[in-house]
Amino acid sequence: MSLEIDVRGLSCPIPVVKTKQAMEKSPADTIVVLLETEVSKENVMRLAENQGYRSKVEQAGNEYKLILEPGSK
Amino acid sequence: MKNKKYLMIIAGLLFGGLAAYMTKLGNPGNMGICVACFYRDIAGALGFHQAAVVQYLRPEIMGLCLGAFLSALFFGEFRARGGSNPLVRFLLGVFIMIGALVFLGCPVRAVIRLAGGDLNALSAIAGIVVGALIGIYFLRRGFNLGRANSTYKTAGYLMPLLMVVLLLFAIFQPQFIFNSVKGPGSMHAPLVIALVVGLIIGMLAQKTRMCFVGGWRDLFLVKDSYLFSGIAAFFVGALVVNFLTGAVNIGFEGQPVAHTNQLWSFMGMVLCGLGCTLLGGCPLRQTILAAEGDTDASVTILGIVAGAAVSHNFLLASSGTGTGVFGPTAVVTGLVFLCCIGFFMSETA
Repeated sequence: MSLEIDVRGLSCPIPVVKTKQAMEKSPADTIVVLLETEVSKENVMRLAENQGYRSKVEQAGNEYKLILEPGSK
Repeated sequence: MKNKKYLMIIAGLLFGGLAAYMTKLGNPGNMGICVACFYRDIAGALGFHQAAVVQYLRPEIMGLCLGAFLSALFFGEFRARGGSNPLVRFLLGVFIMIGALVFLGCPVRAVIRLAGGDLNALSAIAGIVVGALIGIYFLRRGFNLGRANSTYKTAGYLMPLLMVVLLLFAIFQPQFIFNSVKGPGSMHAPLVIALVVGLIIGMLAQKTRMCFVGGWRDLFLVKDSYLFSGIAAFFVGALVVNFLTGAVNIGFEGQPVAHTNQLWSFMGMVLCGLGCTLLGGCPLRQTILAAEGDTDASVTILGIVAGAAVSHNFLLASSGTGTGVFGPTAVVTGLVFLCCIGFFMSETA
């Protein structure tokens, strides 16, 4: 299962809040986060790292797609 | 990620040390670099309020914005955007300024004051934390100010351009600019040094995303200490420089540009901390975001400047002798307003 969150245009800390809520709601699922700014990308990746997720970044123009897979933590 | 944290700690130490040293170079005591106080002084210099003791175009602010602008351009992080409830952001800017001027300092100065031994700052820091916790409640409940959209680059350049204009006013001093002849506004470091220090801090703050409310927020919201490490390092940097220069004076009474009313120092900063949490960052962070092309943050800064004018024109701002006549009323009004914003502007409302 994978869950998609679109936080494009939302300023921090909203992308982090929404990603964290998705992690709490569906801890076993892969979470795909669509976002726009470098700051949001860094913040969500830091959250993912702290929560034990593996993260992969795909960039298309000004937008990022983060794929967060739950790890062993 | 580890490297970023080291950079944050170095940036925090340097910022704290420079901020404390600025008082040796002429800035008011325990006010090395206070973002709120300095916007208040700028508002006074432009004649938006008539408090004669706090009128001066602080070059640190122009430096902060322009340093962050250059850094954002250099690292390819400048992105013009806007449209996320500018009116609400403007009003939040007004109220965070009202709260800060009831305490007499922004979240940055609260730490500077503590590093100078001013124990009144403890009430303020407790207020920031409580404000951030109330904000976290609203964030978890689904509060957000809506999406921003990309916009013309020209719009993103306007705030840095406005700062260049202010800098030209500071250099050439046209006759409509006010300058305090006594009081905190008359105390300042030489223009070039203030500008250069502002530029350095602006660049560091842009790169590290330093935020003096976000640091507390993230500790509780996501148990992440990255931003907080900047606040802690800033405190250590300021404390070390204050010790070396003999500027530590531990106590409540007789502190520079401060009063001893704990209740309203606390409540003022609950208002400020909550407003900053709803906005996504403290006045320093708003300045940096504006420099990166965020026109919503630019509107927040205009709100902060308007908040300074309102605070002094409507007798809300505190002084060394205590709170302003209507300061407590304004703080309570602000808290009710901000809670309504937090409650009703929510996806679950």
